[in-house]
Amino acid sequence: MTTLDFRHVTKQYKVRGAGDMLALDDVSFTLTSGQTIALVGQSGSGKSTIAKILTQLERETTGEVLLDGAPIPKRGKGLRAYRQRVRMVFQDPFASLNPYHTIRHHLERPLRLDKVVPSDRVDDEVRSLLTRVRLEPDAVIDRRPHELSGGQRQRVAIARALASRPELLIADEPVSMLDVSIRLGVLNLLADLQRESNLGVLYITHDLATARHFSDEIMVLHHGVVVERGPSDDVILNPQHEYTRALRDASPDPDKHFADPSGPASSRS
Amino acid sequence: MTVSNFPTNEDSEAREGLPTEPRRPSSVRRFGQSFAMFRNGKSITGLIIIAVFAIAAIFAPLIAPYGPLEKDYDALKQPPSAEHWLGTTHLGEDVFSQIIYGTRGVLVVGLVAGVLATFVAVFVGVAAGYVRGWKSESLSALTNVFLVIPGLPLMIIIASQYDDPSIVLISAVIAITGWAWGARVLRAQTMSLRNRDFVQAARANGEKLLRIITVEMLPNLTAIIASSFVGTVTAAVLGLTTLAFIGVIPITNLNWGTILFWAQQNGAFPDFWWWYIPAGLCIAVFGMALSLVNFGIDEYVNPRLRSAGERARAMRKKGLSTTSGVTEVRATPAEDPQP
Amino acid sequence: MRFILRRAAFYAFTAWAAITINFFLPRFMKGDPVTAYMAKHQGDFNPEAIDSLRTLFGLDSDKSLWQQYVDYWGQLLTGDLGVSFSKGLAPVSDVIATALPWTLGLVGLSTIISFALGTLMGSVIGWKRGSRGDYVIPFATFFSTVPYFWMALIFIAVFSTQLGWFPASHAYDKGTVPNLSWDFIGQVIAHGTLPAVTIVFASLGGWILGMRNMMITVLDEDYVTVAEAKGLAPRRVLRKYAARNAVLPQLSSFALALGFIVGGTLVTELVFSYPGVGKMLLDATNAKDWPLMQGLFLVITMAVLLANIFADVVHAILDPRTRMMES
Repeated sequence: MTTLDFRHVTKQYKVRGAGDMLALDDVSFTLTSGQTIALVGQSGSGKSTIAKILTQLERETTGEVLLDGAPIPKRGKGLRAYRQRVRMVFQDPFASLNPYHTIRHHLERPLRLDKVVPSDRVDDEVRSLLTRVRLEPDAVIDRRPHELSGGQRQRVAIARALASRPELLIADEPVSMLDVSIRLGVLNLLADLQRESNLGVLYITHDLATARHFSDEIMVLHHGVVVERGPSDDVILNPQHEYTRALRDASPDPDKHFADPSGPASSRS
Repeated sequence: MTVSNFPTNEDSEAREGLPTEPRRPSSVRRFGQSFAMFRNGKSITGLIIIAVFAIAAIFAPLIAPYGPLEKDYDALKQPPSAEHWLGTTHLGEDVFSQIIYGTRGVLVVGLVAGVLATFVAVFVGVAAGYVRGWKSESLSALTNVFLVIPGLPLMIIIASQYDDPSIVLISAVIAITGWAWGARVLRAQTMSLRNRDFVQAARANGEKLLRIITVEMLPNLTAIIASSFVGTVTAAVLGLTTLAFIGVIPITNLNWGTILFWAQQNGAFPDFWWWYIPAGLCIAVFGMALSLVNFGIDEYVNPRLRSAGERARAMRKKGLSTTSGVTEVRATPAEDPQP
Repeated sequence: MRFILRRAAFYAFTAWAAITINFFLPRFMKGDPVTAYMAKHQGDFNPEAIDSLRTLFGLDSDKSLWQQYVDYWGQLLTGDLGVSFSKGLAPVSDVIATALPWTLGLVGLSTIISFALGTLMGSVIGWKRGSRGDYVIPFATFFSTVPYFWMALIFIAVFSTQLGWFPASHAYDKGTVPNLSWDFIGQVIAHGTLPAVTIVFASLGGWILGMRNMMITVLDEDYVTVAEAKGLAPRRVLRKYAARNAVLPQLSSFALALGFIVGGTLVTELVFSYPGVGKMLLDATNAKDWPLMQGLFLVITMAVLLANIFADVVHAILDPRTRMMES
C-alpha cells in the first residue's frame, strides 16, 4: 500500500509585469493506492498546478509532498525512482505524443529507461501494454500519432503511463478533449486498469458528472483553495459550499423545463 | 468505485480507420519521411540544378576541354566559337573551363561554411531555446550582436589579414558572420517546442536533458535546420564571390567571383560579354536553385503556402472570386422530402 | 516602459560588444604594419597622432590590457579615431565624414524605395494569389540571388556605355566643387541613379517574396474572413487588416536584411567609384590603411545599429500589442 501526502502546499507564480499569482493556497490531501479521488474545478482553479507539482514539473513554493512518509527527492536517482512510481496522463492527446516517433518508441522509452523488463523482453512488454489498453498491437505499433484517432492516442498515453508499473496515476482531464461518444470508453478503461493494478488515481476534471461516476471521493477546488471534500455521493447530492452548488446546478438537467425553472428537479436540493 | 454497465464502442473505436496490411520496417519509412520536405516541384527543380553544378565540380577534369589557366596565345579575347564555347580571356584562357573549375571553389567553400555555421546555429539556438531566464537571454543577446554587426566589412577586415588563407579559414570567416540568423530562428522554434506536452511528458518520465533535446526535440526541428542550412549556403556563396571580386581573397581559390575579378581588371566591360555574363549568371542560377529548395521546405512547413495559388486558380476557373465579400450560391437546393 | 528599457539595454550591449570587438581586432593582427609604417614615416607624425594611434592599436605594451581598454574608450568618446595613412595623415573622423553622407543618401533612399515598392508588390501578389501576378515570383527569386556587383556591371555596360544615358562613376562630374546649386543637384541625381537602381533591383526580390508569404499566411486567418464576411470593401480589407499585420514581420526581417544590404552597397560603390564609405573601406584595405579601416568598421556598425533601433521603434509603434504591454 502506497500513500501520497500533499501537505499544506502553496504555489506562487511570478508573472512578468503583473506581480505574483497565487495558484494554490494551503492545499492538502492524501491519495492511497486502490483509491480514486476526483479533483474538480473550473479553468484556472489550480488543478493542473497540483498535477505539475505531483510530477515535479514544477516545484511547490511552500509545503511538502510525501510518498510513504518521506519527502519526495528533488533531483537525481531519488527523483527518477519517484517518477517511476507516480505517472501522469496528459489532457491533450494531440500534443502529448511526439509527432516524429512511432508508438513503439513511445512505449519502449519508459521500459528501457526504468529497466522494467530485460531488453529481450521489451517488445513483448510493449505488445502486452497495448493489449491492456485494448488496442490491437500489430495495427498500432509502427504508426505515428497523427495516424491514430484521439481516443486511440489517449489509450497510448495511458499505456505509456502504465509502462513503468506505477503505483499512483494522475489523470489530468484525460477525456476533456475527446469526442463525447468515446469518453465513457476511455474512462471505463481507466476504471478497469485501476482495479487490476490497485492503482491510486487522482482524476482531475471540470465535469462533476464523470467525477461522481468514476471516483470514491471528490475534492472541489476554487481559486486554489479546497472548498469542499467528501465521498462522491455526499458532495454531489448534498453540497455544502455555494461554489459546489453552483457547479452542480450548472449541469444540464433533462427533467427541468426551460419555461419553468422551478420544475421537478428543484426538489432535489 | 463504480463501473458503468453501458455498452461502449470501445472495440470498434480502437480499431477504426486502420488498414489491415502490415507496415514496412519503420527505419526505412522514417528515412523516407525525413525527406518529405523535398518532395515537391520546387524543391526537386532546385535539387536537380544543384546536382548539375555538383557533377560539373566533381568531374571537372573530364568535362572541361582545357585547364582553367591554360593559355592559348593565338586566341586572345575571342568570342564564343566551336573550340572555345564561351570564348577566351585576355590571356587566351578558356572561359568555359574556368567556369567549370570555378564551381569547385564555390561548392566547397559554400558547403563547408554552411556546415560550420549551421552547427554553431543549432548548438546556440537550441540551447538558448531550451534553457530559461538569464541564460537564455544572454545567449540571445550574443546572437543578436552577431546579427547586427555587418558581415561584409568584418569579413574584409579579417580576410585581408592573411596573404594566403586556406579554404577552411575562408569558410570559417564566412561562417562567423552567417550563423546568427539560423540561431535566432532555432531559438524561437525550440522555445515553442519546449512547452509542448510531449516534451513535458518526457521530463515527467525522467528522461535526461540531453536525450530530450536530441531524441525528442531535434527530429521535429529538421525542417527548420534544413532551411537554415540552405539559406546559409546561399549567403556563403554570395559572400565568397563578392570577396573574390573585391580581390580580398587570393586568386589561388578559383571561383566565379575570381573570374569576374579578372574580367574587370582586364577591361572586359562592356564588350567582352562572354567573359563576365556567364560567371554572374552561374551565381544567380545557383542561388536561385538553393532558394527554390528553401521554398519547397517552406511550403512543407507552412501548408498554407502550398496550394494557395492552385486553389485560387481553380476557383477563378469556376468564375468565383477569391476576394469579393459576397458568397455566391452555386447550386439550387434539393427538393424538400415529403413529410 | 519595461519594454523600452529592455530594448535599450540590448542595443547598449550590442554597441559595447561591437566596440570591444573593434578593440581586439588589431591586436590579432599579424606582424605590426602600424609600427612599421610609423617607423618609416617618422617625421610626418605629430605627437598627438602618435599617441592616439598607440591607444587604438595597442602599441604601448607597457600598459596593461585593461588600461589600454579604458584609454581606448576615452579616446573614442572624444571622437578621435586616429589618423589615416593613405589620406595624408588627416584625422580619420574627418575623412569618414566626407564619405558618410554619400553612402547614407544612397543606401537610405534606395532601401526605402525598395522596401516600399517590394512590400506593396508583395502584398498585391499575395492578395491576388493564383493570378498572373504569380509570374513575378520566379523573377523575384532570380533577382534576389543576383550579386549586387554583377548587376551593377551589367547596368553600366547597358545604360552607360552602350546607351549613354547615365554616367558610369563618381557622384558628380569631374572638376566640380560640391555646392548647393541646381546644377550640382542635377549632377548628383544623374550620377546616383544607376547605383540606386542597382541596389533597388537587387534587394527588391527579397521584399516581394517575404511580403507575399506573410500575406498568404495572414489571409488564412479567421479575422480576415470575418472582415470579408462583414462586407468590407476588398481594398479596405487588404490595407487595414491583412497588409497591416503582414508588414510587422517584414519590419523584423528588415533589421536582418540590413546587414546584407550594407554588404551589397559597399561593392556597388566600388563598381561605380561612388565616394561613399564602401569604396573608402575597400581602398583602405588595398592601401593597408589600418586606422581608416578600423574607424570605418566602427562607423558602419554604429550606423546599422541605429537603423535597427529605428526599425524597432517603427515596429513598436505599429504593433498595438507592444503598446498594450507598456500600459
